[in-house]
Amino acid sequence: MMTFLGNVVHWLPDLLAAAPLTLVLTLVAGVFGLVFGTILALARLSGQPLLSWPAYAFMFVMRGTPLLVQLYLIYYGLGQLMPGTWVRHSFLWPYLREGLTFALFAYSMNQAAYNAEVLRGAIQAIPKGQIEAAEAIGMTRFQILWRVRLHLAFCNCLPILISDIIILLKSTALASTITVLELMGIARMIQRQSLQIYEPLIACGLVYFAVVVVLTNIMRPMEKRLTRFRKGLE
Amino acid sequence: MQTDEIALSVRDIHKTFGKSKVLKGVSFDARSGDVISIIGSSGSGKSTLLRCINYLEKPDSGQIILAGEVIETRQDKDGRQYPLNKKQLLCLRSRLGMVFQNFNLWDHRTVLENIIEGPIYVLKCQRKQAVAQAEELMEKVGILEKRDQYPSQLSGGQQQRVAIARALAMQPSVMLFDEPTSALDPELVSEVVEVIRKLATENRTMVMVTHEMSLAREISSHLIFLDNGRIEEQGPPEQIMDNPKSDRLRQFLGKF
Repeated sequence: MMTFLGNVVHWLPDLLAAAPLTLVLTLVAGVFGLVFGTILALARLSGQPLLSWPAYAFMFVMRGTPLLVQLYLIYYGLGQLMPGTWVRHSFLWPYLREGLTFALFAYSMNQAAYNAEVLRGAIQAIPKGQIEAAEAIGMTRFQILWRVRLHLAFCNCLPILISDIIILLKSTALASTITVLELMGIARMIQRQSLQIYEPLIACGLVYFAVVVVLTNIMRPMEKRLTRFRKGLE
Repeated sequence: MQTDEIALSVRDIHKTFGKSKVLKGVSFDARSGDVISIIGSSGSGKSTLLRCINYLEKPDSGQIILAGEVIETRQDKDGRQYPLNKKQLLCLRSRLGMVFQNFNLWDHRTVLENIIEGPIYVLKCQRKQAVAQAEELMEKVGILEKRDQYPSQLSGGQQQRVAIARALAMQPSVMLFDEPTSALDPELVSEVVEVIRKLATENRTMVMVTHEMSLAREISSHLIFLDNGRIEEQGPPEQIMDNPKSDRLRQFLGKF
């Protein structure tokens, strides 16, 4: 028993060293997902069939298929196509052939689809009167979009956006299947090399848990600050 | 105190919603300093008329002229009149201060932020100047101590006073009130009425849709009775209220 626990503790430093990559995956995909998700949501609500239909189709497919399938398709599919093209010779190739690049892309797109659906609902739920008040004062369409509609929508769905980030963080474990050496990737490597099955996994779970706790505690004050205007509403 | 200068002219406004004709050619002029109250039963088109003035509703036909400036429109394929020039539309709106029945304050902004939003982002004022002006206005409508609160923390009467301050902050040439006291609890009506009364004495041009007959009588220079999409009767408040000519108006006044 003591050796078992000792082994778990033994692997902790190696796994902690991998935590930053997990965080990078989460944050990059989180930010890109939010930006692209916002654009998708707006396209979906634009009322222009040429914009809303592709957005709808994209969201439908991304939300309707397993993330692991998307990862494989992007890594093996897109990854196999690219060497045959000009991309092979571009200076970006060393980065583009990395599993990490494909993982970042896949997670960003997936996250964007989920964020877009949440934001779409939040934008639609904004009381019409608040938009009319902005119109009545002479604000431009862009000002209304940015300063009233999106601002209110973000604040109102912030708790969901944050919980989606936490889910994203945990789903980055799948990136290990396409050669990314994030937390789970390192844990699997340790498993293979040390022939221990459970100890690296338990250590890995502990590190994930710690990262989630830290991230939640960073987000909570932000959530509080951005939703304090709802004090009287609840 | 009135001058002969026409501040706002509403010309032959027609408006339909689907098959129902809501406005069937309404015209009136507001001279500078006029306080015009529009009364009528619900469904008579009062609010729609007011909302056509700043094109929150697009009329089917008709014209709005603000201080001599005609708002150019074109007929769109859905048959409505759209302002031709976006700049002119935004400019028109910034010069008309609108107060809504449901206040429509921005939930995510404090009282102060609600008031300075327009001056800073539409009129491009310096923040310092906008804040100073907002403080004066908050003082005027009696909500200075609520300056950093959010709308959700205020009563309806307080919210409506903030909304009035927000409209005034744009230094509008005409104020539009859309049933400003209809959504308020009875005991909160008086604090809003008090503010409106004060504004009326300041020689402001105001157009108000209201059910507050005593307020309309007291502050209006001109009363318009709207019935079934048309102006049925209009004139000085005493004449309209004490000697109604049409049956419809007599019927309407009899309900109060």
